[in-house]
Amino acid sequence: MATTAYLTRPVPPSADKRWRMVEATMRRMGNQSTGLIETLHTVQETFGYLDLDALRYVAATLRVPLSRAYGVATFYHFFSLKPAGEHTCVVCTGTACYIKGAGQLLDALKKELGVTPGQTTSDGKVSVLGARCLGSCGLAPAVVYDREVAGKVTPQALKEHVARWKAHVS
Amino acid sequence: MSPDELEQIAEEERARQTQFKHTVKVCVAAGCVSCQSESVKSALEREVAARGKDHCQVKGVGCMGLCAEGPLVVADDHTMYQHVGESDAASILDGLEGKPVERLVCPTDVPFFQKQKKIVLENSGNVDPERIEDYIAAGGYTALMKVLGEMTPMQVVTEVTRSGLRGRGGAGYPTGLKWSTVAKATGEKKYVICNADEGDPGAFMDRSVLESDPHRVIEGMLIAAYAVGASEGFIYVRAEYPLAIKRLKIAIKQAEREGLLGNNISGSRLSFQIHLRLGAGAFVCGEETALIASVEGRRGMPRPRPPYPAMEGLFGEPTLINNVETFASVAPIIRNGGAWYAQIGTEKSKGTKVFALAGSVKNTGLVEVPMGTTLREMVFEIGGGLAEGRHFKAVQTGGPSGGCLPEQFLDMPVDYENLARAGSIMGSGGMIVMDDSSCMVDVARFFMDFCMGESCGKCIPCRVGTFHMHEILRKITAHTATTHDIAQLEELADLLRNTSLCGLGQSAPNPVLSTLRYFAEEYRQHVDKHQCPAGVCGNGHKDDAE
Repeated sequence: MATTAYLTRPVPPSADKRWRMVEATMRRMGNQSTGLIETLHTVQETFGYLDLDALRYVAATLRVPLSRAYGVATFYHFFSLKPAGEHTCVVCTGTACYIKGAGQLLDALKKELGVTPGQTTSDGKVSVLGARCLGSCGLAPAVVYDREVAGKVTPQALKEHVARWKAHVS
Repeated sequence: MSPDELEQIAEEERARQTQFKHTVKVCVAAGCVSCQSESVKSALEREVAARGKDHCQVKGVGCMGLCAEGPLVVADDHTMYQHVGESDAASILDGLEGKPVERLVCPTDVPFFQKQKKIVLENSGNVDPERIEDYIAAGGYTALMKVLGEMTPMQVVTEVTRSGLRGRGGAGYPTGLKWSTVAKATGEKKYVICNADEGDPGAFMDRSVLESDPHRVIEGMLIAAYAVGASEGFIYVRAEYPLAIKRLKIAIKQAEREGLLGNNISGSRLSFQIHLRLGAGAFVCGEETALIASVEGRRGMPRPRPPYPAMEGLFGEPTLINNVETFASVAPIIRNGGAWYAQIGTEKSKGTKVFALAGSVKNTGLVEVPMGTTLREMVFEIGGGLAEGRHFKAVQTGGPSGGCLPEQFLDMPVDYENLARAGSIMGSGGMIVMDDSSCMVDVARFFMDFCMGESCGKCIPCRVGTFHMHEILRKITAHTATTHDIAQLEELADLLRNTSLCGLGQSAPNPVLSTLRYFAEEYRQHVDKHQCPAGVCGNGHKDDAE
């Protein structure tokens, strides 16, 4: 069994066409184990997070033990093993943002949404994340609403922004 | 591409630009982009089109430095405008022919601009980062041509050694020495890696250089590759910097198209390709052996050195690793000579350094100054001092591996040695100014929380030590600590410093030690009187993200 498993090409977990993107990345990396991180980036960018099926498939294709794929996925903060909410709000907690009141922003989110960094609201609308530093220190405190960076954010502005997300029915 | 072809591209581009009577430059680096500078640029373009003014060009350029006042726009190289909105497009265009728009003018005859000396950032704010022609027109890739046509690899190493350039990533290792070690090393293949995993919170120099002038970094890597005999390069860049990644991808493609990357570049024996690798949010990957592990697709955990990467690095081959700013300093050194560079700066720290000024200063942003500039000049002249009613308390350099320096060091010239003597480090160049509303014990706890979270877990002193140091600092800020705890904190600091495997653990105690040294009174007030003089501790948000 063990030898034939290497001979047959692993098949993607589903018929979803997006797996082609993942396959393309692995091919570009020569289907080598050195392409593990690049591939996980593509999976996360395409599907939003890494689930166990994806890790199994990537590990089998790149011929690394599942434990190594899981180890890499959990070592790096950028990878998420849980699906994110409809919207994400990343609060920068770098030094400049910290001394300019990132803590108050997190407090405001906790009050408004009842979640702390790493959590998603129960209705799946908003995920809150903390970031080590966004490199937008000149505009501290900074927040990323979905993919847009906003600078000099006040707790009030933050509350209003997430309230709009909560109210919007998609 | 030959030197003549390069000159031709430069001339064509200069001719193309001079046909415009007016040029309006809009900053499109991340700072201004987050203040909607891209829609300002579109508005200007729409307005130019609507007026049928084909003698006016709107150009997206890199960082102009004064991020706090963005979006920034420069009209015809003489008038800088700040806080520009979409609705200002028409008046700015009107201003080209008549008087500048007074209400938007950002004065440039102030120390923030006058006190700077731009070498690394000379193209930032002038060149369109997405057009290789613009970089070439500004003299780009001429250093590469000089190296390929007129110099031997050994001469290149000698020139870099003569310049006195030291690694800008933090440790300050002499760049020429590193290059010569890799040049002498033997291996089947050699690699050059650009460390763009700018992990220090509060530092954004590398992001800005990559977004503003990506070709400069590529040119530096090419020159390094020629000097050490490498054939493949990697840029390891943080995934948190999407704009830098996008611009690097464009720049690499353009350089390949022009034959500046590839086989037998400019007919020489240099063949060099560059690949991008994305980091995935691990601070420890700034350490060179951890970075190599990550490029190889593994968990970013450091290993003991020696062997150093210069002998056994990526895939076991000799590898040169330098930081973004180091590579960005190379082209001017080659163009103007090492002796020219060595004239700038102090005795042991040559050249200029880019600093990211942030925190409680008025002018937050990116500045480049000669080594040896004093902290007072940085904070009070260039930085414009603190906000109304606030008093200077400390300046933090070097991120989680650095320290907090109090007022008594304001007149100290900033260089590698002075900072180290004072208990901090140069680091990558983050400089965060703190006022009397910051509690230094809380700041120490903040950095320890960071190091605890970022410890890779491989060696016990760092994994367990950072946890216990954080626990003690948490107790102090919660006003439940005793003097015995402080003694233990010092003991642990000593242990981590001497027994950790890599720089993360070895330098993690620095913020604690420097605050204990200069702000001992604050610790005492927390422990003995259960008071926080800054009023920060004891009001709830003590648990950071992650």
